[in-house]
Amino acid sequence: MRNISFYFQIHQPMRLKRYRFFDIGKDPYYYDDFQTEERIRKVVEQTYLPANRTIAEMIRSSNGKFKCSFAVSGIAIEQLEQYAPEVIDSFKELSKTGSVEFLAEPYAHSLSSVFDAGEFERQVKMHSDKIEELFGKRPSTFYNSELIYSDQIGEAVSKMGYKSVLIDEAKNIMGWKSPDYIYKHAYLPKLKLLIRNHKLSDDIAFRFSQHMLTAEKFINWIAALPAGENIINLGMGYEVLGTINSANSGIFEFFKALPYHGMEQQMNFVLPSEFIKKTEAVDTLSVTYPMSWVGNDKDLTPWTGNDLQQEALQKLYEKSDRVKLCNDKPLQHDWLMLQSSDHFRYMSHKDPFGTNYDSAYEAFMNYMNVLADFRDRVDAQYPTTIENEELNELLKTIDNQEKEIEVLRNELTNLKARKAKKDA
Amino acid sequence: MKALMFGWEFPPHILGGLGTASYGLTKGMSLQPDMQITFVIPKPHGDEDQSFLKIIGACNVPVVWKDNSWEHVSYRIGKTMHPDEYFWLRNGIKYDFHRIYTNDLGCIDFSGRYPDNLMEEISNYEAVASVLAHQLEFDIIHSHDWLTYPAGVFAKQISGKPLVIHVHATDFDRSRGQVNPIVYDIEKRGMDAADHIMTVSDLTRRTVIEKYHQHPDKVTTVHNAVEPLPDVDSFTKTARKDKIVTFLGRITMQKGPEYFVEAAHLVLQKTRGVRFVMAGSGDMMNAMIDLAAKRGISDRFHFTGFLKGRQVHEMLAESDVYIMPSVSEPFGISPLEAMQVGTPTIISKQSGCAEILTHAIKTDYWDIDAMADAIYSIVKNPAMYKSLRELGIEEVNNIKWYDAGLKVRAIYDSVIR
Repeated sequence: MRNISFYFQIHQPMRLKRYRFFDIGKDPYYYDDFQTEERIRKVVEQTYLPANRTIAEMIRSSNGKFKCSFAVSGIAIEQLEQYAPEVIDSFKELSKTGSVEFLAEPYAHSLSSVFDAGEFERQVKMHSDKIEELFGKRPSTFYNSELIYSDQIGEAVSKMGYKSVLIDEAKNIMGWKSPDYIYKHAYLPKLKLLIRNHKLSDDIAFRFSQHMLTAEKFINWIAALPAGENIINLGMGYEVLGTINSANSGIFEFFKALPYHGMEQQMNFVLPSEFIKKTEAVDTLSVTYPMSWVGNDKDLTPWTGNDLQQEALQKLYEKSDRVKLCNDKPLQHDWLMLQSSDHFRYMSHKDPFGTNYDSAYEAFMNYMNVLADFRDRVDAQYPTTIENEELNELLKTIDNQEKEIEVLRNELTNLKARKAKKDA
Repeated sequence: MKALMFGWEFPPHILGGLGTASYGLTKGMSLQPDMQITFVIPKPHGDEDQSFLKIIGACNVPVVWKDNSWEHVSYRIGKTMHPDEYFWLRNGIKYDFHRIYTNDLGCIDFSGRYPDNLMEEISNYEAVASVLAHQLEFDIIHSHDWLTYPAGVFAKQISGKPLVIHVHATDFDRSRGQVNPIVYDIEKRGMDAADHIMTVSDLTRRTVIEKYHQHPDKVTTVHNAVEPLPDVDSFTKTARKDKIVTFLGRITMQKGPEYFVEAAHLVLQKTRGVRFVMAGSGDMMNAMIDLAAKRGISDRFHFTGFLKGRQVHEMLAESDVYIMPSVSEPFGISPLEAMQVGTPTIISKQSGCAEILTHAIKTDYWDIDAMADAIYSIVKNPAMYKSLRELGIEEVNNIKWYDAGLKVRAIYDSVIR
């Protein structure tokens, strides 16, 4: 029995405005709202709304047999709430069908899984909370930003209670193994790994027109895979529908025809959380160094490969501890927005996918100016003369005092109650 | 393949970028095994490197027949030309050039510079070209810049060989649009007569097509390159407290020096640990000294006067940032030289070299905000400095004259047919 699991990534970065060094210390607002809104409106019209309509129709016409999942970043949700709430509504409608699963991921689509374990956990929780609040169901499958994964990340994810992780097919870890089975974590057998079928996913995403792909042809390809291969994970950006492949290319019709041809060949469409419950892993997979789903090497070089990126990431995450001590709302929000992996991707010399800058250097300059202002604001909250540890101690004392007072207060009320009883 | 080239400058005695480019290009082309280059310049000094080409001084070519003894010729010009060659060239005199003032050898005294009677020198150069065209053997004529176009055109008319011209600059670059009609006329005639036109950048190519009305198919861009510095390791950077930001070049309208001063002013409002150096001389130098004083930054803004030879590279190597805010720069070789010694570079988008450089910051020449931002970023962010430095060296070392030479050769082959 063949099972197909579709999942779509939805993420849009908050674009930074042109921020000169003379703005440092003067202008605490970093975003180019006009550009962000324009981009989001465009992708909403080209992709999100028509694609959601298509998925809804597929679910309806297949009597709920067609299923797929979505990884929507927290930043994307915020933008949709602000600029296109109708998309959120349409996701809610999809969610009600029961054929759709929302995946957990770090709220800010950040690289925190690699650079800051504490922050990673905080963001994943934040994101799951948000998804639960919107769609009423807490995610149980984990999808890291850009499918970044390593044994260590898997361990952290497992500790947070997630049952499975989606990762990409990379030659250096898979070797001869087929992606079309369930695998498990190197030393935590409870955590299951679902491997994205890299070739078939990209056939739809990037080679759709080139192949003159039809649903029938595609399903036949899947049918022709070696017997026994039971799960085909097809992951792609949601923009594949309508933006990367325009509506004229026939991409929406292709998707609409998929359930029919799939079911004709006795194939199932499944959700990751359901499928892993009834299927055992065939083998373990060990990933020593973090991998991603980008490029041929599937490593982190698109975000961390050069000196500029390293510097920016280091300067950002070294403030992590202090930011967590702050309770200034705008500051906390900026902290998330500045972590979005896109900012670092734009600093890549070789592969600045989706950049709005002329060069990696410009991306870096602008980001570092913003970051300089942000760091100043963080430092303004607590004087830099106090070391982090010392500050932590102080705050812990304050925190403990509160707990202490709470305990004492409880005791007091208890005693009062007892006394009252006695008196009575 | 024998090429007859007309140039105006050749190292070591050069006045601008033209000489450097002529040297690099011919040297790069000489690596092609079957390439023979004869390079004509108005006035050689005898210390030019002739290991890879043959240099003929126009001032040694007789245009009027005069009877002289071998010994006298040897005594007069033996330093730069063999007397036998003089006599052999003398046989090429087919026209009467008595109207031109000549010396005892029947040769014209060229200054080899850019004198007030430049137009006269240009037309005299044409006379020399006629003698060479009659006497030398060559497959193609290659003229470098407008001064030599008339010579190239005349040589083509005489020999019937194809002419390619190499546009290192146009008058639109030199004058910010206030074109001298006489110069324009010479340039236009040269381009019209040429079989093919090479430009040093796409920027110049567009000017040639739009302002000189040339057919796009006839114009090809051959970007300049840079000669590797043999003693690159001898240029070091002294550790000092203040960062140094340098402008280096002629202080003229074309180079946009005022934008540098304004950007410096912006940077200094935010940070003090930076010094600005304006190296070079030119007609706007005094105005710039005034401007720096008016902005109140003279304590951090320094002028060096004209630098030459080794001093140029020393100055570049000592700098933390090199900036070229040119309003219009057909190519601009100096950013490449700065990158060779590992200095991060900021260039205007209106410079031809911006088309081939990735690891340099590009801003509009008028955008002093962006320029100031880039300066600030490089001096404040070690990662930025390091990236631009290391990747810049790597990039510039891969821009080779040999490759430019191959492009030129392909154009030769296409016009010879």
